[in-house]
Amino acid sequence: MSEPSAPRLPLVTPVRVVCAVLLAAPFVALLWVDSYATDKPALAGIPFFYWYQLLWVVLSALMTGLAYVLFTREEKQRKAQRPARGGEQA
Amino acid sequence: MKTDWTALFVFVLFFLLVTVIGFVAARWRRATDAQHLDEWGLGGRSFGTVVSWFLLGGDLYTAYTFIAVPALIYGVGAQGFYAVPYTIIAWPLVFLFLPRLWSVARSKGYVTLADFARGRYGSKSVAVAVALTGILATMPYIALQLVGIQAVLDTLHVGGGSSFGKDLPLLIAFAVLAAYTYSSGLRAPALIAFVKDTLVYVVVLVAIIYIPIRLGGYGHIFHDAAGAMAKTNPATGKPRGSMVPGAQAQWAYATLALGSAMALFMYPHSATGVMAAKDRLTVRRNLAVMPAYSLMLGLLSLLGFMAVSAGVGKGVKGYNSQLAIPQLFQQMFPSWFAGVAFAAIGIGALVPAAIMSIAAANLFTRNIYKDLLKPDATPAEETKVAKLVSLVVKLGALGFVLGIDKQFSINLQLLGGIWILQTFPAIVGGLFVRWFHRWALLAGWAAGMAYGTWKAYGVAAAGKPGSHFGGSSANIPVIGQIGYIGVTALVLNLAVAVVLTLVLKAAKAPEGVDETVAADYVADVGDAPADSDTEGPEHGRDVIAPVTT
Repeated sequence: MSEPSAPRLPLVTPVRVVCAVLLAAPFVALLWVDSYATDKPALAGIPFFYWYQLLWVVLSALMTGLAYVLFTREEKQRKAQRPARGGEQA
Repeated sequence: MKTDWTALFVFVLFFLLVTVIGFVAARWRRATDAQHLDEWGLGGRSFGTVVSWFLLGGDLYTAYTFIAVPALIYGVGAQGFYAVPYTIIAWPLVFLFLPRLWSVARSKGYVTLADFARGRYGSKSVAVAVALTGILATMPYIALQLVGIQAVLDTLHVGGGSSFGKDLPLLIAFAVLAAYTYSSGLRAPALIAFVKDTLVYVVVLVAIIYIPIRLGGYGHIFHDAAGAMAKTNPATGKPRGSMVPGAQAQWAYATLALGSAMALFMYPHSATGVMAAKDRLTVRRNLAVMPAYSLMLGLLSLLGFMAVSAGVGKGVKGYNSQLAIPQLFQQMFPSWFAGVAFAAIGIGALVPAAIMSIAAANLFTRNIYKDLLKPDATPAEETKVAKLVSLVVKLGALGFVLGIDKQFSINLQLLGGIWILQTFPAIVGGLFVRWFHRWALLAGWAAGMAYGTWKAYGVAAAGKPGSHFGGSSANIPVIGQIGYIGVTALVLNLAVAVVLTLVLKAAKAPEGVDETVAADYVADVGDAPADSDTEGPEHGRDVIAPVTT
């Protein structure tokens, strides 16, 4: 592999920090069991414990999806900036 | 009870359909070099977003999941719901490291996780440790898929009373599965996964709408369930379960979710599903849309409470809770739709069983046969060995189910989860840093395996004091809470690996040669390959060719 000779692109960028927060949020929310281990308020007869976690399925999907969009967009920009290995579409 | 012919007819019909698909798959996108292990074992590394999505979903959400997760909730209530946070956090977690794994695998031609361990640490022993752990953890998992099919067949009352007649349908299903896996490789489960997931989605959607209507709504279901969970279990003298985890159970809930999420992609079959993707973007895009399956699993697990509310298995002594969901379907659905639901479970067992046996075969071939026994094996020989091993692995699983106690395969699978988690430091650590010393990783792995096995041995099944391997949670030393043994063992494993790495580095112990470079971990199809002397197969993709084998 050819090593890029130009200065390295920064490892930590604002976009990446946002992505990290988006990806970390479900961990905090769901591993903190005490915060949701309760019956009430129930939703349509479903105890809080259950509907809250099901809600997180959707939230986490949206967050992971958003992280994907942000990260992919940034990676494209970085690729364009990266010298030496660009422009060699096989 | 009599055999339900309508349901059986529908079940067999779907089964025939997927059998045909399984064999036809051999011709699907066939590559020029069919002899290469990449073709049989990874479907030519050619799967796009849609195929990968179905393949991974078909792979990870197995028939056993459909039966066991609701069965656990049926049995103990809230504690079984950990599967939901588990699948939620699994996706952001693997989002971080799977694209790197895909890139380095493509760039260096790795077929298994153990290949990566060998390349990264220049250590055959680490690779063999990863490979053996993978094979050991996968075997009982395949056995459980057959247990899933058996639960359906039992509910259908196929085969009559004789023990041979009872096993015959399972033997037929197994023979068919073995035959098309042998001939079509990973392409067979990839195509069948379309049928499987479509059926599963339809069944789940119908079930979560139709069954509550018949049972009088979700409020009624949860009310019944709360009543049943509060009742004292005569075997243990404690309540059957609970509707929300109490303070005592929350560590176990969280560590089970976390540990299972971390273990998910250490399983050989998951890694196989990822490596078969055609480019890096496909991997990442898939991980972003995978949570759709988590939603399905979450809804599905509520079926456990519906089974309680519907009175399935009520008053039956020593009731096998694995039958709760098939019997709920039989009780609630009209015959023909029960047949569709059973087909969903049955086919849901075939897809992962096929992928698991392929993954185990890849591991054996690459990391034991080629690395240890016959280093000069050609790709064609590798493929031949892998095909044969896939048969042996399935036979072994069948032996488990027919010969040994079913409970034993369930216990072994719990143990397998603890074991596979012990490969996490070598694999995920290695994807980001080349800091760990190979001998330290090996020692950490051994410590984690030994501790995990010993702890699990000490867990008695509920109501059976003195029994072993009855569960996967035990007291966490120092913290003093009940938690998932796999995570405790992993912490020990990491501690040993870190301390020994520091010691070995100070002692200047020889490091293995790392054959990967930083660029391999972000490489993608279309990047300039290191040395491109191979043309891609006929479907004209740009390849970073399997450079080394």
